[in-house]
Amino acid sequence: MSKLHVNGRQHPVDIDPGTPILWALRDSLGLTGTKFGCGAALCGACTVHLDGQAVRSCVTPISAAAGKKIRTIEATTDGSDKVGAAVHAAWVKHDVAQCGYCQSGQIMSATAFLKSLPRGKQPSAAEIDSAMAGNLCRCGTYARIRTAVADAAQSLA
Amino acid sequence: MLTPIDAIHPHELPRALQQLLGRNQADAAVTLPRRRFLKLAGAGGLALGAFPHLASAQAAAGSESASALKPTEQPSAFVQIAPNGEVTVTINRLEFGQGVQTALPMILAEELDADWSRVRSRHGSNDGAYVDPRFGMHLTGGSNSIKHSFLQYRELGARARAMLLAAAAARWNVDVSRLRTESGRVIGPNGRQLGYGELADAAMALPVPQQVKLKDPKEFRLIGRPTNRLDARAKSSGRQDFGIDIQRPGQLTAVVAHPPVFGARLAALDDSAARAIKGVKAVLRVPTDRGGEGVAVIADGYWPARQGRAALQLQWDSSAVEKVDSVRQLAQYRELAGQPGPRQFDADMAPLASAPRQIEAEFVFPYLAHAPMEPLNCTVALSDAGAELWLGTQFPGVDGMAAARVLGLKPEQVKVNVQMAGGGFGRRGVPSSDYVVEACAIAKAARSAGLNAPLRMIWSREDDIQGGYYRPMHLHRARIGFDERGQVLAWDHVLVGQSITAGTFFEGAMTKNGIDATAIEGMREPYALPMRLTVHHPKLNVPVLWWRSVGSTHTAFVMETLIDEIARATKQDPVAYRLRLFGEQHPRHRAALQLAVDQSGYGKKTLASGRAWGVAVHESFESVVAYVVEASVKDGQPVLHRATAGVHCNLVVNPRTVEAQVQGAALMGLSMCLPGAAITLKDGVVEQSNFSDFVLPRISDMPEIAVHIVPSAEPPTGMGEPGLPPLAPAFANALAQLTGKPLRELPFKLA
Repeated sequence: MSKLHVNGRQHPVDIDPGTPILWALRDSLGLTGTKFGCGAALCGACTVHLDGQAVRSCVTPISAAAGKKIRTIEATTDGSDKVGAAVHAAWVKHDVAQCGYCQSGQIMSATAFLKSLPRGKQPSAAEIDSAMAGNLCRCGTYARIRTAVADAAQSLA
Repeated sequence: MLTPIDAIHPHELPRALQQLLGRNQADAAVTLPRRRFLKLAGAGGLALGAFPHLASAQAAAGSESASALKPTEQPSAFVQIAPNGEVTVTINRLEFGQGVQTALPMILAEELDADWSRVRSRHGSNDGAYVDPRFGMHLTGGSNSIKHSFLQYRELGARARAMLLAAAAARWNVDVSRLRTESGRVIGPNGRQLGYGELADAAMALPVPQQVKLKDPKEFRLIGRPTNRLDARAKSSGRQDFGIDIQRPGQLTAVVAHPPVFGARLAALDDSAARAIKGVKAVLRVPTDRGGEGVAVIADGYWPARQGRAALQLQWDSSAVEKVDSVRQLAQYRELAGQPGPRQFDADMAPLASAPRQIEAEFVFPYLAHAPMEPLNCTVALSDAGAELWLGTQFPGVDGMAAARVLGLKPEQVKVNVQMAGGGFGRRGVPSSDYVVEACAIAKAARSAGLNAPLRMIWSREDDIQGGYYRPMHLHRARIGFDERGQVLAWDHVLVGQSITAGTFFEGAMTKNGIDATAIEGMREPYALPMRLTVHHPKLNVPVLWWRSVGSTHTAFVMETLIDEIARATKQDPVAYRLRLFGEQHPRHRAALQLAVDQSGYGKKTLASGRAWGVAVHESFESVVAYVVEASVKDGQPVLHRATAGVHCNLVVNPRTVEAQVQGAALMGLSMCLPGAAITLKDGVVEQSNFSDFVLPRISDMPEIAVHIVPSAEPPTGMGEPGLPPLAPAFANALAQLTGKPLRELPFKLA
């Protein structure tokens, strides 16, 4: 029996310790906001935070999360995360999503990126592209993602 | 004679579609505009019983303000007003990014005078009410959702509003002419007000009015207003459920080992290691698409199922199926291009030999995968009563029928619950219902094996990239003779590629004289050129399908790069040359191109050193998009810096969505140009398997894209696809300016 610390709560899970965090979240805990896209850390749809770091949950086994804290997209709007809430608000304001499937991962990458910046620093366009380059969007929402990340950074300044 | 839609079982609708498309085709042959086709259909009386919404035809025929109601047409099927005033609009389409989940409710809410902040949206099902009112089948595709349902949703809103007004008039005992509506309320004399929710029950007890008056477009307050998506919050918080997120009580997950060559059979199976994996419930041999055979591993979650699949010892027998090889295939296509074949256009080619200037060109386009971000999936629950399916599908009716066939059920015993889909681009509209059939076959086999649980089948990304249904590979060959002024004297063109509709229920309507209409759409258009177009449709063991903008994915590239090349060869400005060729015949093309030119600064602005302009314009699905782009070559790689779009889609319902669709379609157009955008086969096996080798553009590839829309009050046309076709040729034209060499292969090879 493993224990997963997700969004501030401990969850016992009785699955193989090699199971990727993605499938523990989705199939064991019913947290389906984190998405399966490629299974190979190529698209970023499954991005979650592991002790604050953005990781690809489709290739990160639950054994690697022992003693660490996982945050998922569901925590973005639960009132506990100021940066996540700002990113969510910017995503809504700029109407970023099209099909929306990759956006959980996009938001988790953007949130980790903004949290990594020195307080008050506004990211450059190149820094935003670099931070978001690991997340694929087949609908092509990248223009609005750029705008939303910059706007979220502004709102947090 | 069309069968009235009421007489057709909803599950037989593809038959009706064939008849309908047959008509469409016949009208297209005499090149009537499609709006006129509507008019003809109405005027000819054939549409009276055939369309659930006669009104569309009537309004297009000129009687724009009133229409009769069909008995089957109950507003409750599409709009529900709760006692608390919340308005729920059912969309008769699949939302997979294109924004109809917002636009269709906007259209209905406009005529209803609803309070937009109280409007919600939900998906329909394979119920007969939700067919496309013009095509008569459940269909999301061809950029037709807004185009075909604009009047339908307006009328539904107007009828519901009329009933609410009548209910208020009865409540207050005043004449309805003294009442008006505003933002979800009926307002009467002396400032009396009632919310729609308060009137909803009384209104629903009233008869649906026979006649309704629609708004004058000048009165529109919602239609045309940039509006954020209804699903924006849910999709920005992980709360939006997609098909893959379905959680039925007790459900199990199935992963399938597909044959490595399409249609191959299983020669031997050792599943002992797979069965030993914790969580694996069953390993079953199941039929797969195209007569193949595979192995389904069923487990209590995706991961054990996937582990189980990896542990299978499999031997395949592919001796009975063709093993396609891309290199051989190209040689075969070249050989075919030299053979006689059926002709779509047949202009006199005699002037070619003596033409003062000539271009000879060969174009090659690879297979392409759709690669929607949500992997394909389908959840099936069987009971003694029938089957229930949950999936994001562009064809819920077709899929429901296919499920019934596999499961040995009557069509009406199958319910398809349409789910929000994470992209699709054509891959969720498959005439063979390949992955739905597969999921149902697994569910059936599992039930026979004693597993009575809902089954969720999930394809991995590798299954998606290697599992078929691609934009077909194409070869084009052109020989063009023209004079020093750029006047084309003869254009001899050959197109080689698999037919998408061959062998499907679309074939009868879409393929005429051996030529598939979806392969040649966009050829010659909009230019009045003396063209001879010969078409070959070889049959190969590679499943093919429509891919966002379908034939225009290659025809626009061929047409718009060759037109540009003629302009360059005769030292003419490519914009001026196109405008001259349009003449007065193509006002929408002119307007779209002129808008892109004006907004981009083309011809006025001095570009940064090393950059060049590129231009292309193309109509697809009745909308016109023109691009003016700026590109350069950096370290031997093509770079697209900026694109300015001029869009003509008639009346725009939601400019915010049109902007998003054009930006997204432009990026998908760009995706065809960049390295890694090709599906190739060796010894029958697809060589790519994931985003590592079937490469999609990333945020760093995204150019600046400004979208400008030509104002228009004409009935709206669709925008899901038309932003795609002209992007790649505009980019190629800019690069040809820089390098002096035309690009005739996708993805681009600059070396």
